[in-house]
Amino acid sequence: MITAERKPLEEIFEMLVPYRRIAVLGCGTCVTVCMAGGQKEAEELAAAISIHRKKEKQEASVEAFTIERQCEFEMIDQVAERLKGFDVILSLACGVGVQTLVEHLPELIVLPGLNTKSMGYPVEQGVWVERCLGCGDCVLHLTQGICPITRCAKSLLNGPCGGSAEGKCEISKDTECAWHLIHDRLAKLGLLKVLDEIQPPKDWSSSHHGGPRTIVREDVRLESGK
Amino acid sequence: MKAGSNLEKVINSGQFAVTGELGPPKSADVSMIKEHAEAMRNYVDAFNITDNQTAIVRTSSIGVAGVLLQMGLEPVVQMTVRDRNRIALQGDLLGAVALGVKNVLCLSGDHQKFGNEPGAKGVYDIDSMQLLKGFKDMRDEGKFIGGDELEAPLSVYLGAVANPFADPFEYRVDRLEKKVEAGASFIQTQCIFDIDRFKRWMELVRERGLHKKVAILGGVTPIKSLGAARYMKNYVSGITVPDELIERLQGAEKKKEEGLNICIETIQQLKEIEGVAGVHIMAIAWEEVVPEIVERAGLYPRPKL
Repeated sequence: MITAERKPLEEIFEMLVPYRRIAVLGCGTCVTVCMAGGQKEAEELAAAISIHRKKEKQEASVEAFTIERQCEFEMIDQVAERLKGFDVILSLACGVGVQTLVEHLPELIVLPGLNTKSMGYPVEQGVWVERCLGCGDCVLHLTQGICPITRCAKSLLNGPCGGSAEGKCEISKDTECAWHLIHDRLAKLGLLKVLDEIQPPKDWSSSHHGGPRTIVREDVRLESGK
Repeated sequence: MKAGSNLEKVINSGQFAVTGELGPPKSADVSMIKEHAEAMRNYVDAFNITDNQTAIVRTSSIGVAGVLLQMGLEPVVQMTVRDRNRIALQGDLLGAVALGVKNVLCLSGDHQKFGNEPGAKGVYDIDSMQLLKGFKDMRDEGKFIGGDELEAPLSVYLGAVANPFADPFEYRVDRLEKKVEAGASFIQTQCIFDIDRFKRWMELVRERGLHKKVAILGGVTPIKSLGAARYMKNYVSGITVPDELIERLQGAEKKKEEGLNICIETIQQLKEIEGVAGVHIMAIAWEEVVPEIVERAGLYPRPKL
């Protein structure tokens, strides 16, 4: 899933200064699961904004509500009329949700309430880790399910660098060396030979470095979409 | 001969090679590095010029190499994959060779978080293995990484680094073998303080006959103080400093002298290890001591080839 964290309150208060009627719009999917932008967080944030405005003696009306996914036009449509009644929408979706809102309803002012972090999962309650960079050319078959592009701080493809020590990455003792993990897993599976082959330079054009990516599936496109 | 550099000639002659490391300044004033280089003239076979080491912005490796060439000294240009993509790296290799550079050392580079621009975007378009292989193919196949052809042949003597003190230990020799296959003619190792571990690594190297395929130059660093030893032990990535060494320094009355003694002893031990082709002296911020180290280690005068 997509993981995110709420922006610092001060930053949110600051960006809302010019607006009076404020909607805090939660998103019911990824950011609800990672406890950053669901209905509960939207309500808490709306309360914090209201209190702040009262303290600052700046008038404001703040409402919190949530839709299932801010990244789908159909779901945005369910609240489109309601959204138009506000001066600003503080979106608690990931960056995709903010942009989908703006693309679908360009008359709205939509601001981000979250910092979108990564694609990952909760490794334990309260800890979310990054596991995929979306490079567009998956190599997990070579590394038996441990991604060196994402988990190695240098995205190396040919084994651990000289900074790997006792299973940890040189950037932090809290970060596992991805290549150490890969090495140990391949060793356990009797597949260490895989590491002997020199992996050629990656074609990054399939990643964001080739520009924003679009997937087109003619087999599922509707006539009207063409 | 790959490029006919002095370093290559010394290594090919079978004599114990000596290289010295120079760190460029955080300014364009190269007077100090010139002074250090001048003091080391005749004591080392070539000078390694670091590439924004520990991710701290400095005069570029190629720029300082140009200065050394003007002085009639031989540089080994270090190139990391941290700051440049394959377009810049290949272009800079051509630029360096055009300036007269004959030796290039390929490495990953310390992560940008260690330096004075921790917010920098790390490039890591290719890794050090791919860099080495890419440069080898430019030289041997006349082709760029992307397959396009060079307009003229290229000569360069290529090296890489190895860290016998990094983990997983058992993989470190596999990685060396891979680097040899990728095109390394010489290897400079991380600073050797744990000589026992280095010896174990060399045993594995000899088992595979790798010492006959690549010239291994053992890295040494004279330790100036107890603080420096502790700092390296705790904060420098990829370096192991055994407790015995710390204790020995602790017990010594004159720390600097003891640090120097340890370094010279290490070189003498390296000379005895089968398959070690030379030494790479990294006297960071203590460059003036290099001539003494070389002399006392019995490596002076340097061969004239």
